[in-house]
Amino acid sequence: MNREFSLHLPLRIAFAAFLAVVLQETTVSQISLFGVSADITPIVVMSIGLLCGSLQGAIAGFAIGLFVDLALFQTLGVTSLLYIAVGYWSGRLREMRDPSHGLIPMLLAAIATGFTGVGMAVIQFMLGVTAPVSFLLIEQIIVQMLINTLIALPVYEIVRRWLYPALPGDPRRRRRTYTSAAMSPLQRPSERMVRLARSGER
Amino acid sequence: MHDKTIRRRRAVLALLVVVSLILLTDYFGESSSSPLHSLQRGVVAVLSPIQEGASKVLSPVRDVTNWVSTTLQAKSANKRLAAENLKYKKELALDGYDAIEYANDQQLLKLDTTDNLRSYGLVGADVIARNPLLWYQYITIDKGRDDGVRDNDPVISQGGLVGDVLSAGASSSTVTLVTDPKFAVGAMIEASAGTSGVAGVSGVLEPEVGDPSTLQLSSLPTSSSAEVQTNQVVVTSGFKDTNDPNIESYYPGGIPIGQVSTQNPADSITTNQEVQVTPFVNLAQVRTVQVLTKPHAGT
Repeated sequence: MNREFSLHLPLRIAFAAFLAVVLQETTVSQISLFGVSADITPIVVMSIGLLCGSLQGAIAGFAIGLFVDLALFQTLGVTSLLYIAVGYWSGRLREMRDPSHGLIPMLLAAIATGFTGVGMAVIQFMLGVTAPVSFLLIEQIIVQMLINTLIALPVYEIVRRWLYPALPGDPRRRRRTYTSAAMSPLQRPSERMVRLARSGER
Repeated sequence: MHDKTIRRRRAVLALLVVVSLILLTDYFGESSSSPLHSLQRGVVAVLSPIQEGASKVLSPVRDVTNWVSTTLQAKSANKRLAAENLKYKKELALDGYDAIEYANDQQLLKLDTTDNLRSYGLVGADVIARNPLLWYQYITIDKGRDDGVRDNDPVISQGGLVGDVLSAGASSSTVTLVTDPKFAVGAMIEASAGTSGVAGVSGVLEPEVGDPSTLQLSSLPTSSSAEVQTNQVVVTSGFKDTNDPNIESYYPGGIPIGQVSTQNPADSITTNQEVQVTPFVNLAQVRTVQVLTKPHAGT
């Protein structure tokens, strides 16, 4: 079981990351709203962290950040560093608080976008890039936070649906499976039922 | 067991942070021919066909969204008028440039003034990717070395200068926009109808610190000797060293860049004059560009 999970989840995360970066580059970044484009990559990192945990979130953040830096001809390591923090802390939030409110992804997307924008400015400033630290930058960060907040739920839902079959056993999910087995059309068979079915086949 | 998990998690986190910092430090301090830069160029080269395909496949989505966006903002009429305006400005800029050069130097009569930069080996290209960050004003186009594009080739679009080629791959290229913090070009002020400002003075055009959507033309003569006025057109100066013909700008002269939007009289009292320039090209919306693959053909 562990062996199957260890390959399945990273592959799905890698595909999601690849798709997110390509989509971001070719489509999302070319759609301008109020002079600013949305950025789905921090939302994807946040979603992976929130769904899979801190370790997977940090690794996915590093990989997606590095891919963004490579593909967009940016200074290598900058986005990786920021996305590690986004993925890790999203995962830690899940591990420590286990938030269940449906709007949590929106809040986290706003925080992740704001953190990425400010973090990018700080790192660029430290690297000696003189422009453009200004009101325009603050305005761009705030507008991008708003836009990312609006698209956070659909992006999170797509990532969740994509990763769901490969997610490790979650106590909450098992409990729901037991208690609402006859009610939800989306329920999965419990591990006990799977074992019984397998022993029956034998 | 729990402690072991925590230790492992922290170790991986620390490792990732250290790797990122090493990459950052190494990349920032290296030249453009370093292994990391080469790796980056390789990744871009591998990704460019995927980007190109995805860009074409997803163009309807992009177009529909952009259409809705522009409709909501009632920009369609404005866009048409702006396009016409840009066309006339371009013609005016080219005429103005020719007039100045004609008066100053009979040698430039050799320039083919009847064309629109065709002699510079124009290669049309579509924008297939764009960097959304304010810090990296780059776009990726679907033409590369196979089409004759080389590093540093000037890139133009309807209305004027867009930037130059940062890195030419086999089938795609990364273009630095004029609003990128690292961009600079020699530029010249032209005479414009309705203004009495000085014409023919040259300076260095760079993005303005704090507002990359505006450009700043600096190193102009002091305002007492040559005062620049708003709405004057700014074009590339096409710098050439008269002592050494090998030293010349990558940009041919006369490519429209923008219009003087505001002056900076405070600086002009004691030092050289500085003026702000608004680019003619709407860089956020640019979809197609042309690369000047023979930038020195006119010389």
